[in-house]
Order: sequence, then structure tokens, then C-alpha cells
Amino acid sequence: MSQSLLLLSYLIGSITFILGLRMLSKPESARRGNMIAAAGMSIAILATIFLYINPENHEHLHNYLWIFGGLIVGTILGTYAARTVKMTAMPEMVSLFNGMGGACAMLISVVEFQSDGVPPLIKMLVIVLGAMIGTVSFVGSMIAWGKLNGRIKDRTIPGAQIINFILFAGIATLAILVVGGYVEAPAYYFYGLLMLAAIYGALFVMPIGGADMPVVISLLNSFTGVAAAFGGFLYNNPVMLTGGILVGSAGTILTMLMCKAMNRSLKNVLIGSFGGQKAAAAGAPKEKGTYKEIPINDAAVLMAYAQKVMIVPGYGLAVAQAQHTCHQLETMLAEKGVEVYYGIHPVAGRMPGHMNVLLAEANVPYEKLLEMEDANDLMSSINVVLILGANDVVNPAAKDNPASPIYGMPILEVEKAEHVIVNKRSMNRGYADIENDLFSRPKTSMLFGDAKSVLADLIAELKLL
Amino acid sequence: MEHLTIIFTNEATYRLITIVMLSIFLGIELISNVPSVLHTPLMSGANAIHGVVIIGAIIVMGKAGPSDYLALALGFMAVILGTLNVVGGFVVTDRMLEMFSKKKKSA
Repeated sequence: MSQSLLLLSYLIGSITFILGLRMLSKPESARRGNMIAAAGMSIAILATIFLYINPENHEHLHNYLWIFGGLIVGTILGTYAARTVKMTAMPEMVSLFNGMGGACAMLISVVEFQSDGVPPLIKMLVIVLGAMIGTVSFVGSMIAWGKLNGRIKDRTIPGAQIINFILFAGIATLAILVVGGYVEAPAYYFYGLLMLAAIYGALFVMPIGGADMPVVISLLNSFTGVAAAFGGFLYNNPVMLTGGILVGSAGTILTMLMCKAMNRSLKNVLIGSFGGQKAAAAGAPKEKGTYKEIPINDAAVLMAYAQKVMIVPGYGLAVAQAQHTCHQLETMLAEKGVEVYYGIHPVAGRMPGHMNVLLAEANVPYEKLLEMEDANDLMSSINVVLILGANDVVNPAAKDNPASPIYGMPILEVEKAEHVIVNKRSMNRGYADIENDLFSRPKTSMLFGDAKSVLADLIAELKLL
Repeated sequence: MEHLTIIFTNEATYRLITIVMLSIFLGIELISNVPSVLHTPLMSGANAIHGVVIIGAIIVMGKAGPSDYLALALGFMAVILGTLNVVGGFVVTDRMLEMFSKKKKSA
């Protein structure tokens, strides 16, 4: 009886995961989809705790105190972290949680490996693969987390490809030795394998540029899914299997969609990093163009007497936490009869959708956020474009310089507008680390400074008008 | 060859492999045509779903003998980490999506 109930709960769990993913891919149902998946997960977890019967000795699970202790600690920490994290730090948070899942999969495999007796070949294979992928995902996610919050710097390792190849060969050899039972004391080999997998995970993420980080997190996400699915094999557990594999395959597709939005191939992301040699070759020989600055009061006048203004936000806005000030400027301009729009590039910021989330937080009306195609259609009727800390997504090199590493990426064609005002902290390059000709074009004028203080100054000037 | 026959003669293994194959195709179908604004929330939601690995952690913990300290300690850690993945993942996703829906209503 309890076994049927357990399987029914697992079936419900699997169905909610499918429905949840389906609904998450449509804006109007996304939030409900998330909740449905969460409800299904809770059912599956509770059913496991109370109904699972160990096939080896036909006993129910015990150690309830430990289990609930862990669940409570994890729930409190997880809720706290997720509730308090700043909007700008969301990407890192996702990476961190992903790493936790990877570590969880690894620990399960370690415990199963340590349990008595030599497991049959297939079980051993599942244990080793789960531990390996879990470790790569865990370490990779932690590095991605560190890179996104600036604790770890981008680093290109000379000969990384060769090192990775050797590591990979080493991992494969050890895995065969352990799984095939060719060695006397497999534990040493097993932990050696985990060590190599950890190094591999670190080296895999280390050289990848910050702009590509979302793609990598998405990829690691699908790795963790696969690691979870191996857990499903281990315990003959259908809900772990469906959940894990669904995330594994959906995550892989999502990774490719993200690459497509940036017009990069996955291979390119993984091998040639944006910041690497290629970018240097394309950027270095070009001279830094001259640029002109615009005084803050001129900028305010220009915008106040424009008919249509488009704001193009980028990571600079997120870093400066200037979304509220930005909204204030937008309402002031609107009061003066200016039509204000936001041009949102799909990959502006550090994650696709980053800007939408940020501006929504500041109560910017949803219909003012234009997607790239709509924004570009409107561009020729815009009088002033105000770029707030965006760089690569407005770089004309993507359209007219075939040598540029971002050539072919769709951009916001701000040059079609009458004036372009660019707010940046300095003339430094953007995340892709390539020159941006836009800044030296005749239509462009620069407004240096932190986005928040510049916006505050603009508001002050507008009040005087 | 011998191992291959195990896969096809053992009914449980065969069933699991069928689930895997179907799930792969289902996952691909589910995700096609996602607007780019939803890439991040979708990734985050998927991230929470693979937290289902927590079930493995609960099983490890629940069947550990009272003196099997290694399994108890590692299992306990695994339960905490898995819960973080599940709870944190769903809450973060909800926070991201909350902002979209709130705006839509007032608009």
C-alpha cells in the first residue's frame, strides 16, 4: 500500500516538473509553473521520508531527527539567502545553489561507494559517473560564483587545452580502473578521480570571460541535472531520473538558446574566451578614437526638449544600483511631455533578462521596456538615446567589423537616433574587452561618472529648467 | 556484450533507460521557443528542479546505521546542500518572476 502511494507521489512529482518547465517558458504562466514544480517537489520529498522502504532489509527510513534537522537548516539558510540577495547578484546566487546540488550528488555517491561490499558493475559505473559529474558541477559553479562577484579574476592558463586533455584522459583511466574492478584498493583511485574532476571543473570555468558566464552556469546546471539522474539510477527512483534528465536536456537546449541570443557558438564560448588572444588581436592594432564630453546641463536640456528619448541600460546601471534613480528621471521627463522608452538588449547585463528584472524592481511600467527588435524599429524616430553603462550590446563593430569577436551579434542600433549620450565610468572597455567605436562617432557624446550620481545630477538639472 | 544483455534482460534497468530516452526528448520539446527575457528565470527554475537529488540524500541518511558515522555525517551534509538547492532555487526564481507579474497587473 505505502509502496503504491510512494510511486503515485513520484508520478505526481514528475508531472509537476514537466508542467512547471512548460509553464516557466511562457511569461504569463511562469510564476505559477515555478510554484507547481515546488509543490510537486515537496510531495516527492515528504513521500520519500515517510513511505520509502529500503529494498535491502524492507525497513522504513530512520534517523528522522537528522533528516528534518538538515531540511530545516537548509530551508532557513536557503530562504534567507534567496530573499536577501540583491537583484544584481541573482546570477551568482543561481550558480551557488547549482553548486550545492552538485555537491549533494557527489556526497551521495561517496557514501554509496563507502558502503559495504563490492557493488555490481553497473551500480559502480553509476556511482563513479554521478560523483564525477557532481564534482565538476560543484567546483565549476563555485568558480563561476567567485568570478561573478569579483572574488576570482579571469585568467587564461597557457596550454589549458593540453592540460584539460591530460586531465580528461586521467579521469577516464581512473574511472575504468575503478569501475572494471581492476585495482586492489579502489578507494585511492576513486578519490584521486574526484580530485582530478575538481581540478577539471576549476580549469573548465577559469578562462571563460564574464560575459559568457550565464552560458556556463546554464551548462553546469544541466550537468547537475545529469548527476541527479545518476542518483535516480542508483536508487531505481523514477522522480530523480525524470527531474534530472529533464533538466539535463532542457538545460542543454537553454544553453544553446543563450548562445544563439549572443550569436556565439558553444564551442567558441568554451574554447576561445572573449577576453583571450582573439580579442587582443582584433582590438589592439586600432587606435583609440577621440571622443567628446557633454556637460551635464546640456545633456539635461537636450533630453528635456526631445520628443522621444530611449534609455539603454547595461551592467553599469546594475552595478550602480541606479534603477530607482533611472525611473525617477524617466517620470520627470514624462512630466515634461517627453516620450520615454527603454531599449532592452536580450543579453544586457550579466544574464539574459537581467535588465527586465532590475527595472521591474524600480516599478518601471512593463510596456515601456522594448525588446531589441521593437527598439530598433523605433530608433530612427528617437531624438536622444541615453546609454547607461551598456557597451558591447551597442558596439557597431558587431555590424561592420568582420574581424571583431562579436561580429554578427545583434545589437541595439543606437546610431540611427539623432543624438547618443553615453554614460560610462571611464573609457575602459566593456566586458567583452573590445574597443567600441561608438564612443568616437560624431553623434556620440560622453557623460562620465557613476550611473547613479550622473542620473541624480541630471534630475537636479531638470528641476532647474 | 554480457553487460549489454544485462541492460535488456533486467526489466528495471530497461524501464529506467526508457524513461531517460523519453525525458531527453521531452526536455528538448518543452524548452523550444522561450523568449529571452525568461532565460534566466527558466534556468533558475530548472536549477531548483535538479535539486530533486535531495531524495537520494534523504535515502542515504535514512538508511545509515546508528554507528555509521561517515554515512551520517556526509548524508546530513548532503541533505542540507540539497535543501539549499531546492528551497533557494525555487525562492530565487519566484522573486525574479514576482517582478514580472506585478508589473503586468498594474500595467
